[in-house]
Amino acid sequence: MLSLTIDGKKVEAEAGWSLLDTARQHGIDIPTLCYHEAVEPFGACRLCVVELKQGNNSRLVASCVYPAEEGLEVFTSSEKVNSVRRWILEMLLSECPASREIREMAGQYGVNTTRFEVKDPEEQCILCGLCVRACAQVVGANAISTVGRGAQKEIGSPYLVPGEDCVACGTCVTVCPTGAMGARFERVRGVPSVIMARPGK
Amino acid sequence: MQVTAKNSADMRLGSLEELEKLRSELLAAEDPDQTKIIVCHGTGCVANDSPSVTKALKAALAAAGEDIKVMPGIKTTGCHGFCSRGPLVIIKPSNIFYQQVKPGDVEEIVQKTILTGETVDRLLYVHPQTGETLKTTEEIPFYSGQERVVLSNIGQIDPTDIEDAFKAGAYAGMAKALTNMEPGQVIEEVTKSGLRGRGGAGFPTGLKWSLAAKHQGGQKYVLCNADEGDPGAFMDRSVMEGDPHAVVEGMIIGGYAIGADTGYVYVRAEYPLAIKHLVKALDDARAHGLLGENILGSGFNFDIRINRGAGAFVCGEETALMRSVEGKVGEPVPRPPYPSDKGLFGKPSVLNNVETWANVSRILDKGADWFASLGTEKSKGTKVFALVGKVNNVGLVEVPMGISLRNIVMEIGGGVPGSDHFKAVQTGGPSGGCLPWEDADLPVDFDSLIAAGSMMGSGGMIVMDERDCMVDVAKYFLGFLEEESCGKCFPCRLGVPRLRETLNRFSKGQGTLEDIDDLYSLAEAIKAGSLCALGGTAPNAVLSTLRYFRGEYEAHILEHRCPAGVCKDLITYSIDPEVCTGCRACSRACPQGAITGEKKKPHTIEESLCIRCGMCMESCKFGAIQVI
Repeated sequence: MLSLTIDGKKVEAEAGWSLLDTARQHGIDIPTLCYHEAVEPFGACRLCVVELKQGNNSRLVASCVYPAEEGLEVFTSSEKVNSVRRWILEMLLSECPASREIREMAGQYGVNTTRFEVKDPEEQCILCGLCVRACAQVVGANAISTVGRGAQKEIGSPYLVPGEDCVACGTCVTVCPTGAMGARFERVRGVPSVIMARPGK
Repeated sequence: MQVTAKNSADMRLGSLEELEKLRSELLAAEDPDQTKIIVCHGTGCVANDSPSVTKALKAALAAAGEDIKVMPGIKTTGCHGFCSRGPLVIIKPSNIFYQQVKPGDVEEIVQKTILTGETVDRLLYVHPQTGETLKTTEEIPFYSGQERVVLSNIGQIDPTDIEDAFKAGAYAGMAKALTNMEPGQVIEEVTKSGLRGRGGAGFPTGLKWSLAAKHQGGQKYVLCNADEGDPGAFMDRSVMEGDPHAVVEGMIIGGYAIGADTGYVYVRAEYPLAIKHLVKALDDARAHGLLGENILGSGFNFDIRINRGAGAFVCGEETALMRSVEGKVGEPVPRPPYPSDKGLFGKPSVLNNVETWANVSRILDKGADWFASLGTEKSKGTKVFALVGKVNNVGLVEVPMGISLRNIVMEIGGGVPGSDHFKAVQTGGPSGGCLPWEDADLPVDFDSLIAAGSMMGSGGMIVMDERDCMVDVAKYFLGFLEEESCGKCFPCRLGVPRLRETLNRFSKGQGTLEDIDDLYSLAEAIKAGSLCALGGTAPNAVLSTLRYFRGEYEAHILEHRCPAGVCKDLITYSIDPEVCTGCRACSRACPQGAITGEKKKPHTIEESLCIRCGMCMESCKFGAIQVI
C-alpha cells in the first residue's frame, strides 16, 4: 500500500491506482467529464485536475491518469484548481449551452453565465471522446472517431457518412455524459448486416 | 575521383580501421592545387535558381578549358545560411564570397577569378552599416561572428556524396563509440558534455538516454524529431539537407547507447529535399555497412526508417509524434508513463530533435570536454537560430550559448534596416515570447530566456521593429496555435480561441482594462491545465507582450490607437501634400481607386473607400504617405 495525503487527509492507495481512483475510494469528490470506468482514462477534459505540492513547487495534473505515488501531497480544490475548472466550465457554457449537465456542474462552481459568444444554442457535445473510446474499447466496432482538429473537431463516422462498422448498439448514446450523442446517433448509425439484410446486396 | 569499388559488397567497411583507411585514401587523393567552386543548393538558393548558376559554371569552365591549368571542381552543397543573399558562390581555398549570382555573372567569375585570381567586385558583399566591400567569408561579420559546430560541414560538403562526408570526418564519432566504448560509457560521455535537447524544453540528453537504457534488453527505439513547424524556422531542414550524415550518425550512437536496433526519423512531408538527401544518406550508409547488421564489426545491428508527417504542428510534441508513427491520430497522451519507459509501440524510446542528434555526432568525435568548453555553465555548446524578420542579414546562424541578443541581431545579423535598435525579438516560435530592446544584453541560453518569459524553443528568432504591433504579433501566434491545436484537451481547444478573440477586440479598439486581468487569469488556467506543452506554452505570446509592451495594449484599449500603425481598424492613411510630387504611383497601386488628384499635384485619399491595405505606402518613393 502507498500512503499519501489528499486535502490534508492521510489516505492509502494500491499500486496502480490513479489519484482519482484513490480519492473516490476515500469518498473525496473530484469532478470529471471525459472519465468512465469502462474505458481507459484519457486526460482530456482537465476538470479532474488536482494540485501536487512538492516543497515550494506546485503543479496541476489530471488525477484520472496520474498514478498514486508514495508521499504525494494532493489538493483537490485549491484556488489554482478551481480557477482552471471555472474557466473550462465557463467556456463550455458558450460552447455547448444546451447541456443541462454542464449548466449544473458550472452552477456548482458559481459559474452561471458566460462572457463568451454562444455559437450554437442547440449544441450539447463537449468533445470528451467517451463515445469514440467506448465504441473502440467496449464494443470493438471502431465505427466512430473524432474528425478534424482543434476548433473544427467533431464526432463522426468515416467521411461523415453513416458507416457499416456501426452495429447500432447504442453504447455511445449510453456513455455520453451530456446526451449529445442521442441527437447525433442517426448521423453515424449504420445498418447492421447481422440484423437486417442490406437492400441491393 | 572514385576510390571505392563499385560493387556494393566491396564497399562494406568491416571495422574502424577500414573506415579510417578509406578516409585517409580519400583525403590523399585530393589535389591541393585544385580550386573548388562551391554553389549553394540549399532550398533558399535553389528558389533563387542556383541550379542555373551551376549549369552556367560548368559550361563556362568547359569553354575556358585549355586556358585553365588545373580544372576547378564544382561542388553543390547545402545551405550556407546567408539565405537573403543567395544564390551564393564561394571560391575555395581563398573563400571569396560572391552573392546574388546570376547565370550571366558566371562568365566573368571564370575569366577573372579562376583565370587571373581577381575578384568580381560588384558581386562582393557590402557591409550594410560601414559600406565597406568585403571579399571573403572570414571578413563578413555574419560568418565571422558564428561558432559552427552543427553547421560545420554544411556548405562545405556535397550532402549527396558520402565520400565527401567521410573527408569531413563523418562517422568518426560513431566508429569510436561502437568500437572502443561500452554503451554506458557513451551515455556518460553525452552526460558529461552537458548537452541539452535542442527541440525546445532543453531536457538533459544524457539523462534522457539513461532512463531508457535502464530497461534491460527487449525492443527499444530511438526517434528523430524532424517535424520542424515553428513559423520562420528552418534550422533542422538545413541540417538534413546539408549534412544528413550527422543526423544518421547521431542516431546510430544513440541506438547503441540505449540498446535500440531501430530508429525512426519523423520528417514533415513539406521538406522534400531534406527527405531526398536523408534517403540517399541512409542508402549510402547501408552500402558502406554503417547501417544494418554488425556495424563496423561491432556486433551491433541498427537501421533507420523515415516517416513522413502530414504537417500537423502538434506532431512535433513527442507523444503525439509517436502516435503518428504508430499510424494513429497524432494527439498527445498524458505523461507518465514517460516515453523512456513506454514510448513508441509501448516500448522504451528516446526522441531527440535533428540538431541534438547532430550534436551527438560531434561530441563523440571531439569529446565531451571540448563540447562542455563551449557555452555557459548550464547551457553547453552552441545553438542554431533561424534569424528572420526586420534584420539585414536574414539566414541561419550558429552561435555559442550565452551570447547576447544584441550580438546576434546587431552584429551577426547586421542590424535592423533603418534603425539602430530592434523593438522586439521573438524567440521560441509559437511557444515562446517577445523580448524587448531593454533585454538586448540578455544572454541567450535555456534558463535566461525562460526567466525572461520566453524560451529557446527550436531556434526561431524573429526580429521586429517599430512598425510591428505587439498586439497583432500575439494575435498571429494565437491564431497559429488555434489552427494547430489538436483539440483533445479542453483548456487548449477552448481557451486559445478565447484568448485570440479578446485580442481581436483590442485590435479594434474595443475592450477594457478588466479584459487584461481576465486575459492573465485565463492564460494561467490554460498554462496550468493543458495536457501537453503546446497548450501549456500557448499563452506565452500574450503574457510576454503584456509584460514588456503593456503600454501598447493600453493605447489600443484606452486611446483606440495602434502605435505601430498595423491594426487596420485603428489607423488612417493620409498623403503629406508638402512631400507628394503627384507622380501617380499610389493611385495606380490602390486597388480601391481611393486616391485621386491631378498629375504633378498633391494627391488625396478618400477615407471611406480606403481598405488600409498599405499598397500606396509601399509604392510611394518619396515617403509622402503616413499612417496615423
